[in-house]
Amino acid sequence: MPMRMIWGFFKGTLVLVAKGSKAYYTWVFTLLCFMGIGFLAYLYQLQHGLIITAMRDQVSWGFYISNFTFLVGVAAAAVLLVIPAYVYHWKPLKEVAVLGEMLAVSAMVMCLLFVTVDIGRPDRFWHLIPKFGILNFPQSLLAWDVVVLNIYLVLNLTIAVYILYNLYHKREPNKSFTTPLLLFSIPAAVSIHTVTAFLYNGLAARPFWNASILAPRFLASAFCSGPALMIILFQVIRKYTRIEIRNEAIFKVAELIAYSMFINLFLLGAEVFKEFYSNTVHLAPLQYLLEGLKGHNDLVPYIWTAMIFNVSAFFLFLIPQTRENYVTLNIGCVLIIIGVYIEKGMGLVIPGLVPDTLGEIYEYSPTGIEILLTMGIWATGLFVYTLLLRVAVPILTGEFFVGDDGRTAVIVDTEFIRRADHLAEQSYRD
Amino acid sequence: MPTQGKRDEPAFRMSRRKMMKGVAAVLGAMALPAKDAPASVWESFFQKNFRELSPDDLKGVLARLEKEYSEKYKKAVKVRATPPVEGILYGYGLDLSRCIGCRRCVYACVGENNQSRDPQIHWIRVLQLNKERGVDLEDAEQYYNPAKVPEKGHFYMPVQCQQCEYPPCVKVCPVQATWKERDGITVVDYNWCIGCRYCMAACPYGARHFNWKKPGLPSAEMNPETHYLGNRPRPVGVVEKCTFCIQRVRNIPGRYTACVEICPVGARKFGNLLDPESEMRYIIENKRVFILKEDLNTRPKFFYFYAT
Repeated sequence: MPMRMIWGFFKGTLVLVAKGSKAYYTWVFTLLCFMGIGFLAYLYQLQHGLIITAMRDQVSWGFYISNFTFLVGVAAAAVLLVIPAYVYHWKPLKEVAVLGEMLAVSAMVMCLLFVTVDIGRPDRFWHLIPKFGILNFPQSLLAWDVVVLNIYLVLNLTIAVYILYNLYHKREPNKSFTTPLLLFSIPAAVSIHTVTAFLYNGLAARPFWNASILAPRFLASAFCSGPALMIILFQVIRKYTRIEIRNEAIFKVAELIAYSMFINLFLLGAEVFKEFYSNTVHLAPLQYLLEGLKGHNDLVPYIWTAMIFNVSAFFLFLIPQTRENYVTLNIGCVLIIIGVYIEKGMGLVIPGLVPDTLGEIYEYSPTGIEILLTMGIWATGLFVYTLLLRVAVPILTGEFFVGDDGRTAVIVDTEFIRRADHLAEQSYRD
Repeated sequence: MPTQGKRDEPAFRMSRRKMMKGVAAVLGAMALPAKDAPASVWESFFQKNFRELSPDDLKGVLARLEKEYSEKYKKAVKVRATPPVEGILYGYGLDLSRCIGCRRCVYACVGENNQSRDPQIHWIRVLQLNKERGVDLEDAEQYYNPAKVPEKGHFYMPVQCQQCEYPPCVKVCPVQATWKERDGITVVDYNWCIGCRYCMAACPYGARHFNWKKPGLPSAEMNPETHYLGNRPRPVGVVEKCTFCIQRVRNIPGRYTACVEICPVGARKFGNLLDPESEMRYIIENKRVFILKEDLNTRPKFFYFYAT
């Protein structure tokens, strides 16, 4: 009875996510608080309109779309880690794939939420659904983005759930099903980020975005921030749960980040050279970003912070001694996450719109409501990832599986987030 | 409530009571219509795209809107959907040698087209430029405010929707809420727009404006002669733009746009590009004409020229 088995699995996961150590409860409760605040901020925005943001006609996209852009990169890169996992035959391949895909799912959820809170008429979202509404495909790149992001979300959810569902039933996932899907998820990851880059790239009205180097730059920077986030998550996961992730895997990812960061910095340099040397009217946005324009320089300190962070992280990851030292490695990861968040977030969206098409300079910085709402969406993403991990980790470690009757779930792991010394005391798979 | 332009004020200035009231109000009518909402709200929610409405559907929609607006503005409001006139392609001319930068066109447009007064939305923006530097947008000033115009050493360039032959805004709309009509006017279906603002990013002329807040339009100032695709009152959260006064120019006999009519120096010209005898054709054939941002290949039907 497959339906009954699926229902049993589903019921088991519900019981499972409600169980956990004190640390788990505290963490989830904190996230719920931020989600609640974010939700109230959204209600406030719905009631008053987007006027409560700092966006105006001149700068019509702001913090929400900046976060969206950054997170598309995270979603793409999380899955791209499957490539080195295959190439270098890492032992925890399944684990890397599942954890990466779940991160992609959570990032996608955040992306969709950021788009939702940005649009003026969320009540008309159904206009985007083919048959009910009209999806302007293939003319509009936004329509492309809607399509690829949703396919990507479903794809990753399918692979992860399929693998976990089989492991839960104590059988190996069918390789002839998972391998093609996993391989397909690689071009899909590239495509979501490329389409998102094209969304900006295709606008001739905005010279800062209308550069063919944009999509390659997107991919290069995503290959830095996504894996940096994964390195930190891998360490957290292996410290507080029973998942084992070997050092070599982490150091290899760090090495890959160094190469990606080199390409990212090189492409940026190529762009900066072209604009400054040719010195056309198209220089203004880049000038606004890097040195300020006519006394307006809100973004300047941020972008230089990002530059310094990215360059420092590049050297930390390039030199084997600092790459394989967990202190410097983690510093490097944090620098990259912040650096790319600035560079591919506000640093990308805002100069596209400043100066505006008629030369006006409007300095944008998000309002309190925008920041609270954004924090709420990040909390939602972390909440989704936490719950996904809550189910995935015990399955991967064999502490959540189907009972002998083939239906009732057996939960061995009742804590989830455990102190490290505690972990060592308990024998593996008790 | 925060007002436009005053975003420096703290975002949290409301009392707890106001907040709770707001929360309750919004929870009730969040994104979707309430259960006991009048039938017209549901009709509006499920309304199809303008171009997919059957003639009967359209009649119903126009009647519903007329009723809604008449009640709201306490006067008899007409909402028409006059189709394009065959054989007409509208073109616009602006004589830079005449324009004095008085901005009468800006406010005539606001009055005619029912733009929001609070916050202010202007479909026409007049740029003050330096004669020395010519049409250099990086050097443009929109917020000039001397006692008297024109100012020495300056000239003025009003910019509004250029009614492109290849409009980038139309191409990018994810739901086809905006399109170019047969007479060359690019319009927006305010009941279909989802408010993503991609068209605003795509427009090279800053011609598109967003209703960041529920538009403030006093009943006394409301122009009751409206067109569905033009100057009817707009809801919050949608994009709007110049339509060459679609409610005026599509009538037979057609009327000039409000900006052409008001211009005190005759700098604004309007006519049918398909008619060899029209004033627009004369200007294009005999004057020094240029279009804005020619390199973007948008092919504006808005022609700037120097008559003298």
